[in-house]
Amino acid sequence: MTEFRMPSLGADMQFGTIVEWRVKPGDAVKRGDVVALVETEKGVIEVEIFENGVIESLAIPPGRKVPVGATLATLSGDGKKVEAQAAPPPVAVAAVTATPVQEERPPIKASVAPPQAEEAARLRISPLARKRAQELGVDLSGIAGTGVDSSITVTDVERVAQSVKPSAAPTTPAPPATPKGLDLAAMRRVIAAAMARSKREIPHYYLSSTIDMRRSLDWLAAENAKRPVTKRLLHSVLLIRAVALALRSTPELNGFWIDDGFKASEGIHIGVAISLRQGGLINPAIHDVDKKNLDELMENMLDLVNRARTGHLRSSELSDGTITVTNLGEQGVETVFGVIYPPQVALVGFGKIIERPFAAHGLLGVRPMIDATLAADHRVSDGHRGGRFLIAIDRLLQEPEKL
Amino acid sequence: MTEVEIKQAVRDALSNVAPEVDLDALDPGKDLRDQIDIDSVDFLNFVIGLHKEVNVEIPDADVAKLVTLDGCVAYLTDKTGGS
Repeated sequence: MTEFRMPSLGADMQFGTIVEWRVKPGDAVKRGDVVALVETEKGVIEVEIFENGVIESLAIPPGRKVPVGATLATLSGDGKKVEAQAAPPPVAVAAVTATPVQEERPPIKASVAPPQAEEAARLRISPLARKRAQELGVDLSGIAGTGVDSSITVTDVERVAQSVKPSAAPTTPAPPATPKGLDLAAMRRVIAAAMARSKREIPHYYLSSTIDMRRSLDWLAAENAKRPVTKRLLHSVLLIRAVALALRSTPELNGFWIDDGFKASEGIHIGVAISLRQGGLINPAIHDVDKKNLDELMENMLDLVNRARTGHLRSSELSDGTITVTNLGEQGVETVFGVIYPPQVALVGFGKIIERPFAAHGLLGVRPMIDATLAADHRVSDGHRGGRFLIAIDRLLQEPEKL
Repeated sequence: MTEVEIKQAVRDALSNVAPEVDLDALDPGKDLRDQIDIDSVDFLNFVIGLHKEVNVEIPDADVAKLVTLDGCVAYLTDKTGGS
């Protein structure tokens, strides 16, 4: 028997709320199956299981908020454990540093005041329940929560809504629609926590290189003219592919800093920073970018962005990124100065493609140029290696037909 | 396809890439990308959505005609042989 635990879906996650189980005791599951919907500060995520077996029991009912690492279900294995993933992946360990499983508060809160007194002042409620309360016009004060530590769950909100129905109509207009379960204030807090940790712990260094994009763009235009709309390529997919191939020769930029040491990653899973229009940021990963061709990557990217918009990201996408690529060119940004997403050790930024004067072989011309930047972790690599990485990206983009 | 059907298809394709947007608040004559902060991936998803809804091939050279709601309706009406 093994335990299926609440996974960490990124450095900034401490808790998750089971929204819905997709399996019941007795169901056979295999690696990669979505077994539950879990609400986090970054929305509702489809959580996958990492081994084959049969669900024995579900330990946590829907609506319950539990810390990363808590047992969600038990599983009788068929002996075909694919990876040692029953426990949260290594990323998770680093992500919740020094937060024991039972700890229901961020460590900083364990200060002087008795926890209970402090908690009383603050409403304990899941983002999903808060959103449901807004939809239903339910006043949150005075609701007796039935979740962990008496936190208010969706069920509680709906129960109260039922009982006060006649007086209905909320007095304030509904806030703009956000994807399922998205709590912007909570998302901002978790981004802040991850970025504060990054700035505090990671000795960043920054490099920049300007890359001639003419060959890539010419090739892309010729390709797209031949392709049906469903097979069209965007330049960002060339950039991501070039990053992945360049990483093969600089493995010290691809992996995680965990427990005072660097663990290089075998797979190259590129987290793609996607800014959500309602505010906030999410960086789900495209898996094995170095092993996929441009068509597969384009398909992955279209799908990933669409699911980020509609709230159907999967757990492995949020926990597996081994490096992040952020492309802010469409916002008109020329140069990105990145903040590394821990426990990753590097972030590659791309700016806007701009026509600039370009000198070569004693001649001056005009070329579409892009600034590629690297923010990397000095505990693992140095500027010399980082520079080679940027040069490799440049070289790869000069031969787009080989990407 | 009638113009009403095409209009609905354009709305469906757009709400698929930007579910949070109030479509009625958009100016049909203005560039969508200026009004709702959609990036190139969203825009390609939108164009693919139009292709699937209306079942016409959209060459890359024509994509520039699809940046406004009015432009989409005019282009698709033309492509489907409508009036």
